[in-house]
Amino acid sequence: MAEYVGQPVLRYDGIGHVTARTRYVDDIQLPGMLYIKVLTSPVHKGIIRHLDTSAAERMPGVAGVITAKDVPGKNAYGLIPDQPVFTPEHIRYKGERIAAVAAVDEDTAMEALEKIKLDIEEQEPVFDPFKAMEPGAPLVRPEGNVWEFNSGKTRKIRFGDVEKGFAEADVIVEGTYTTATNDHAPMEPQVSVAYIDETDRLAIYTVSQDLYFHLGMLTAIFNLPMNKIRYIGGTVGGGFGSKNDIHCDHVAGLMALKIRKPVKYRLTRREETAYTTKRGPWTFYFKDGVKKDGRIIARYVKTVHDTGGYAGMGPYVVDKNSILVAGPYAIPNVWVDGICVFTNKPPASSMRGFGIINGTAADQLQTARVAEAIGKDPWEVHFINAWREGDLGATQFKVEAAGLIEAMKRAAELAGIELPAHLKAMSSRGR
Amino acid sequence: MKKRGIGIAVGTHPAGLKGGGDPSQAQIRLKPDGTFDLLNGAVDIGQGCKTILRQLAADELDVPLENITHQNIDTDTGPMCTGTFASRVTFMDGNAVLAAAADLKKKIREWAAEYFECSPADVEVANNKVFVKGVPEKSLSMAEVGAMVNWGGKFLVGTGAYTPGPGQQFDPDTGKMTAIASLAFGCCVAEVEVDTETGVVDVLKLVQVFEVGKAMNRLLCKGQNNGGAMMGIGFGLTENVCPYYPTMDFAVQDLTDYVITTAADMPPVMVEDIVEVPHPNGPRGAKGYSEMTASLAGPAILNAIHNAIGVWVTDYPATPERILKALEAAHA
Repeated sequence: MAEYVGQPVLRYDGIGHVTARTRYVDDIQLPGMLYIKVLTSPVHKGIIRHLDTSAAERMPGVAGVITAKDVPGKNAYGLIPDQPVFTPEHIRYKGERIAAVAAVDEDTAMEALEKIKLDIEEQEPVFDPFKAMEPGAPLVRPEGNVWEFNSGKTRKIRFGDVEKGFAEADVIVEGTYTTATNDHAPMEPQVSVAYIDETDRLAIYTVSQDLYFHLGMLTAIFNLPMNKIRYIGGTVGGGFGSKNDIHCDHVAGLMALKIRKPVKYRLTRREETAYTTKRGPWTFYFKDGVKKDGRIIARYVKTVHDTGGYAGMGPYVVDKNSILVAGPYAIPNVWVDGICVFTNKPPASSMRGFGIINGTAADQLQTARVAEAIGKDPWEVHFINAWREGDLGATQFKVEAAGLIEAMKRAAELAGIELPAHLKAMSSRGR
Repeated sequence: MKKRGIGIAVGTHPAGLKGGGDPSQAQIRLKPDGTFDLLNGAVDIGQGCKTILRQLAADELDVPLENITHQNIDTDTGPMCTGTFASRVTFMDGNAVLAAAADLKKKIREWAAEYFECSPADVEVANNKVFVKGVPEKSLSMAEVGAMVNWGGKFLVGTGAYTPGPGQQFDPDTGKMTAIASLAFGCCVAEVEVDTETGVVDVLKLVQVFEVGKAMNRLLCKGQNNGGAMMGIGFGLTENVCPYYPTMDFAVQDLTDYVITTAADMPPVMVEDIVEVPHPNGPRGAKGYSEMTASLAGPAILNAIHNAIGVWVTDYPATPERILKALEAAHA
């Protein structure tokens, strides 16, 4: 009986990776391949009043220039498809794409970008999500700066009765926590190679983390059925969520469709860091009602997520955060209000955990302060509140295969911490 | 003065798309020499799905691991996978691969039943062989089966798909949302030394334990655990694209200013381990957990800072500037 599961089998492609035999997208060189550079917005917010690419098009060495006018399908993509490949008019963050040039090399493409005449009417941006929520704030989006969930301007989680919980509590503990904007910094930056193949199909070498998910978005942009796009990938030099969004494939694909020549579009580290999607910043306010024995009997959480200029995955990230932000605890009364705000920054998106890491970061400081407030060891608070088998989460899911207590016991043991006997006797299998 | 402290953090992490409804598919083909091709649409972003999906297929087919290739090269050949995100591939694609292997075994049994003139229920696929239970002379090697099937004008392909269930929307009034494929758990203990004059934090020791249902491959888990710790330390202490948030002033543009944890910054003592509480729906009991490996080091470190210096730093990352300001405010 084969039993490979559980064995420390070596990586299937590990030797290839460490001996440089693995071929990544930027290793691909096609005959006659041209290089793309993209003109991005120099301002945080504004309106394009005039765009003239004719001088760039005439420049020797330039094979083609594309703008919003060259998108045959929907000029919009994303999980919530609201971000244009090239903005036709409104600029919502510094670094937003306006036009792309394909030329014999990257230097020539850069030179051609300088020949594009761009007249932008600059507008006052808003960066602070709390200011963006105030009446009269500059509008990042015509429909308003706060995302509308199916529950209104906040994602509402209502479980039990928090007011009753606060009334029954011995101690109230409040806290505000913030997390920063983070970059994925994968070893392999964003890159794409596109060409028209021998069957007259558009072929794209991609660094996508999600071949089918992005294929669906690309069919809408190119106005092509799935079988007219050969989307080649599967091996990626680090993603961490950065390749959960399209950054280059739409631009490279549109250029290849227009000029019918192989093209490569790769971001420099600077372009990657400054202009691509980020883990967006958060502010968390917590209010807990706690019994003297350490039981958290009510938890109110209000979160504000700064999603930048486009929705993309922002509302999804707020949703996912809201499900688990109250932590892995059996708290009978939970109230969560999750708010997703537009500002004039590069769009926030997925990065390792879709907002859960941010919720954990806040909830774990808050829970440590709960322990401090009632004079208990933090282990005690974690153990007595930890989910047991069959407990309900704040969104009414049932906890299956609960294992927090087992993980804590092992961690304490490895850290050389002698837990009190009554905690060691606990199990996730019952309370 | 240098002060030491210990902090802990715990957490949980779900597998798969929020709201569910994120399927994956797999296909396994029997080749003429009795080896197999596993086709699947999951992307290997470094986590090692190509490795563990082969392990699952080899176990289910009961054949040597080296007899299985994994191919995910493009959307022409790779069946659908919603994507490599949300710690979902082990759970969703793992189940799809097990289903495809079971389907192929069934087809091999049906073919062999005809050949051996018996019922498919009497045919066993085990130990890289196909045989009739209790009849030693009625046995073929997988290589013989591969040759006879393919040169005999047949093509045996196992297909499998898995979805954790239909997609769900939040109830607008209560937020009810029960689509959680699996929940993994974790606990981190951090020991730090804080220099109260410079605000610099040294992480001396980091213990991370994750409850993963079933570890597919302990070596890959170790990679996840240590790699996640690196990102968690950066989240806790250094990583900030907008240091003057909410403004964009001095927003970082490259890795000179965006300080990520490197191998040289890792704590001198790193301990990691896994605990297993099998999930009823997970492939061989596995849960998805990988994203959580980055979630716990940050809060454990900030709690350890408090334990060391007695003041709370409540904004991530806990830079020296923030630590000194918190100390100043406490002593003002």
